[in-house]
Amino acid sequence: MFTALWNNVEATVAIILFGIGFTNLMLNRNMIKKIIGFDIMDSAIYLFLAAKGYIKGRQAPIVVNGIQDVEAYINPVPAGLVLTGIVVSVSVSALMLALTIRLYRRYHTLDIDEITMLSRKEEK
Amino acid sequence: MEFVQNLPFFGIVLALFSGVLCSILKRKLARAVCLGLVMAELIASFLVLLFVLRTGESYVYMMGHFPAPWGNEIRVGILEAFTALFFCAIMLLSILGGLKHIEEDLEESKENLFYTMICLLLSSLLALVYTNDLFTAYVFVEINTISACGLIVIRQTGRSLVGGVKYMIMSLLGSGLFLIGLCMIYDITGHLLMSNIKESITELAATGEYAEPLTIIIALVSVGLAIKSALFPFHSWLPDTYGFSTPASSAIMSSLVSKGYIFLLIKIIYRVIGFDVIVSNRITNVLFVFGLAGMIIGSLNALKERDIRRMVAYSSVAQIGYIYMGIGLGTVYGMAAALFHIYSHASGKSLLFIAQSGLTDANGGKKSLLDMKGVGFRNKIAGLGFTVGSLSMVGIPLFAGFISKYNFATASMYSPHKMLATLIVLAISTVLNAMYFLRTVIRIYTPTGEAAKPAESKTGPSFAVAVAVMALINIAIGTCSGPVMEMIERGLWMFS
Repeated sequence: MFTALWNNVEATVAIILFGIGFTNLMLNRNMIKKIIGFDIMDSAIYLFLAAKGYIKGRQAPIVVNGIQDVEAYINPVPAGLVLTGIVVSVSVSALMLALTIRLYRRYHTLDIDEITMLSRKEEK
Repeated sequence: MEFVQNLPFFGIVLALFSGVLCSILKRKLARAVCLGLVMAELIASFLVLLFVLRTGESYVYMMGHFPAPWGNEIRVGILEAFTALFFCAIMLLSILGGLKHIEEDLEESKENLFYTMICLLLSSLLALVYTNDLFTAYVFVEINTISACGLIVIRQTGRSLVGGVKYMIMSLLGSGLFLIGLCMIYDITGHLLMSNIKESITELAATGEYAEPLTIIIALVSVGLAIKSALFPFHSWLPDTYGFSTPASSAIMSSLVSKGYIFLLIKIIYRVIGFDVIVSNRITNVLFVFGLAGMIIGSLNALKERDIRRMVAYSSVAQIGYIYMGIGLGTVYGMAAALFHIYSHASGKSLLFIAQSGLTDANGGKKSLLDMKGVGFRNKIAGLGFTVGSLSMVGIPLFAGFISKYNFATASMYSPHKMLATLIVLAISTVLNAMYFLRTVIRIYTPTGEAAKPAESKTGPSFAVAVAVMALINIAIGTCSGPVMEMIERGLWMFS
């Protein structure tokens, strides 16, 4: 069991990090820590993808010295996916941070439970 | 290749560009661009639907110059074209119905951004419906989430900001699960196009290789999309977001955004994992149980609610439960019933949200149910619309909701183990629906004794037209369900 985990150490670490980020995003009450959790979660996914695209002993798929053989290079698709994913998660983080600033200016706290309570009071 | 076949792709790109364009236009011009775009998409989807019905088979549209295992593709069948047509129609009517409120609720300088969000939302919905590539689906899921969040928070009150943030947090949890599931699919199959993945997965399932990863993938993808579409235990964000955004956003959110994810899930079930593999993995049973729970809990919450808007929002939780129950039955009949309910609920719920906004206006902005006495007389068209929507939700014959419930009941006959539970919960849920919807309808038509004030002309003609057309669509689906069901069955057959 442990040898299997050790052989796939990147995937194991990625799943652990995903768990940490996911629980942080779900359970932490502080908005900033929630966003950090989200970023950890997404980075873990990219680690997972990048690790799956890498093949030991091969090079990045850039032809420099005329080698055209497929066997010489790693799989370039996951790298492309990671790039797309990073763009998505950066824009989502930016949006979340902007919303957090809005909430902080209005309620002067980062605690989401407190913010919910204050917004209910404001209504009445 | 005929010109019509290009239209789905043109539609997606055109919507993206119109979104960009709207962000720099003045509000009146932005509104014209946005409405024109939705109308153009409506006509385009209609032409595509006619084309697919005529040829009787689906087609794949290659994007760029790379053929199947590498390139990106769009796939169009009857079900996709019909769903796109329906989504465009509901979106157009929701905007028209909520036009007055869009002007009132939003700052004047921000109004064009509302239309930007609508354009982006439309393009992402169309892409979710048409795409044949899983990673493209993920990217457009995120665009959908971001623009939906924009639609909520653009009305800058405290409650809608908090609702938007809660929506974002839940959605991000869902898309995280969906993304890692998708990466694992890529890991075990090596493909991103739906058809290629399905070939590999059928092979894997036959040999029994990677059985555990496959189960985990199915769980991750289903749970991820279920969170995003507010299936029962994940519905906590829903009443806040639907209850405090501008009425057009609420109508679009409840009837289109969550349905887009469900449509993607159905597509993944059929075109990525394969229906037999899904059923043999028994994830359908999990969805079935949560669907049933959602039907009851959502209705109970709606029954307790005193705010008419939040009551309608909670009823969405129950209706999403119906759809997941249909998927959970694990038969083609259940799936067809679930798809039909997507359409019937979309037409009913958007009508309820828009009509409710007219009623609250006639009531001087008071949303409490207790103050609603006799409102139906003050704004007749809104009262009528609300009644039609309510009767459809309860499931009275002639309206779309009745056919949905009838379909679910007949579909349950084909899965003997789940029949009893389905029928009992359907009955309970119908009674609960009747309790809170008919209570509201009776209250808005209770004479108050005072001389009925003349209807204020606050709502305008676009509101009346939108409500009337939505009510007509609902009744049309309810009375002529035959052709719609036939189309769904042919579309599902094309899926596999």
